Amino acid sequence: MKLEKNHDRCIGAGQCVLTEPRIFDQDDRGLVSVLVERPQGADVAAARKAVYICPAKALSLVEE
Amino acid sequence: MANADIDETNELVSFPIQRTCPFAIPPVYTKFREESPISQVVLPDGGKAWLVTKYDDVRAVMANPKLSSDRRAPDFPVVVPGQNAALAKHAPFMIILDGAEHAAARRPVISEFSVRRVAAMKPRIQEIVDGYIDEMLKLPKPVDLNQVFSLPVPSLVVSEILGMPYEGHEYFMELAEILLRRTTDEQGRIAVSVELRKYMDKLVEEKINNPGDDLLSRQIELQRQEGGIDRPALASLCLLVLLAGHETTANMINLGVFSMLTKPELLAEIKADPSKTPKAVDELLRFYTIPDFGAHRLALDDVEIGGFLIRKGEAVIASTFAANRDPAVFDDPEELDFGRDARHHVAFGYGPHQCLGQNLGRLELQVVFDTLFRRLPDLRLAVPEEELSFKSDALVYGLYELPVTW
Repeated sequence: MKLEKNHDRCIGAGQCVLTEPRIFDQDDRGLVSVLVERPQGADVAAARKAVYICPAKALSLVEE
Repeated sequence: MANADIDETNELVSFPIQRTCPFAIPPVYTKFREESPISQVVLPDGGKAWLVTKYDDVRAVMANPKLSSDRRAPDFPVVVPGQNAALAKHAPFMIILDGAEHAAARRPVISEFSVRRVAAMKPRIQEIVDGYIDEMLKLPKPVDLNQVFSLPVPSLVVSEILGMPYEGHEYFMELAEILLRRTTDEQGRIAVSVELRKYMDKLVEEKINNPGDDLLSRQIELQRQEGGIDRPALASLCLLVLLAGHETTANMINLGVFSMLTKPELLAEIKADPSKTPKAVDELLRFYTIPDFGAHRLALDDVEIGGFLIRKGEAVIASTFAANRDPAVFDDPEELDFGRDARHHVAFGYGPHQCLGQNLGRLELQVVFDTLFRRLPDLRLAVPEEELSFKSDALVYGLYELPVTW
């Protein structure tokens, strides 16, 4: 599973960072950075939750 | 067929739908959600709109780029008479812009409210909260918590973020009080809006000449680098940050304090373990969903929402309150439950307009609840619960006054 971000869609709400700061961060512009591109174990559930909560549909978790 | 039209209108539910109980959602929302989740309602000016009440549909409405937020459109639904006309007098707030125009206005500001930037504000927010509690403790009891604490705390926080001097914060508080007062008429509201606008224009001017370490100065610098300073847009941005960041937070402070004073078992939970406060804050945000009347849209094209066709030119109102009480998404939604994970609520909206200051709002509420109940362990209502006056007739729900003693 790979976490993908879309900076064109990101609105910097920071919901992903609040959900799991170990997996997500915001860059200098406030846009999402993915710290753990291939989440494992418990991180998969956290990543999935962040994908669901993201207001801008800027995140996706894709099968590889 | 004019008569048929009139008859049809008579059968429609009027919007806004007022709350009659601080805890329960009006039964008509639940009836709509269960029986016809997208239903026509009639607005104060006689216009009609589709009211959307299911969580998934509300998110779909707020995320759909074909459903416009642009209140400058003549057909845009009017929920508060005069509001769209008043907005049209100013450089547009970013909340009424769509697509690329909206992104261009929002993008430069988002880093100001990132999770990290907001977390760095915590020590100062703590100082401000403690400072207002110190002042409150000197006052004769009882006090109206709303006036002496709930309003000034977030007002000072956003004033400092913008780089407004302390006198500016006091002046803004004075004008905002008139704006928020129930008895202020439309003329009075317009006069205050014009005053506020003039003040913001002056503030922008001052910051152009004397920049500081603040949001406004950074926006000016950004615009300067990009070729030109748009003063009216900057004044609008300041006004939006002040208006959106002050009364909303105050209402949530009041409702949170009220909830915990009247349901001591909730207070006991966060007192026993302050690490539970962030969850409690999101649950309070979900439960009260104070800005229920904000998410209006106009269809720029035919759009399908939850299998229902909304036609081009029709108005849509997404009820975030109904969405946040949807049992398909939240178990026992009518229960205020601090143990619940409610982070996916839509009290801050959803889609590209989702609240820019939400992380700041969350942090302010956390600091306030943890500090207030720690420093005033005997805090209690100074009037019987039945005498409290709730803002069921206002744009944003809350309490008009919260008399407390300790």
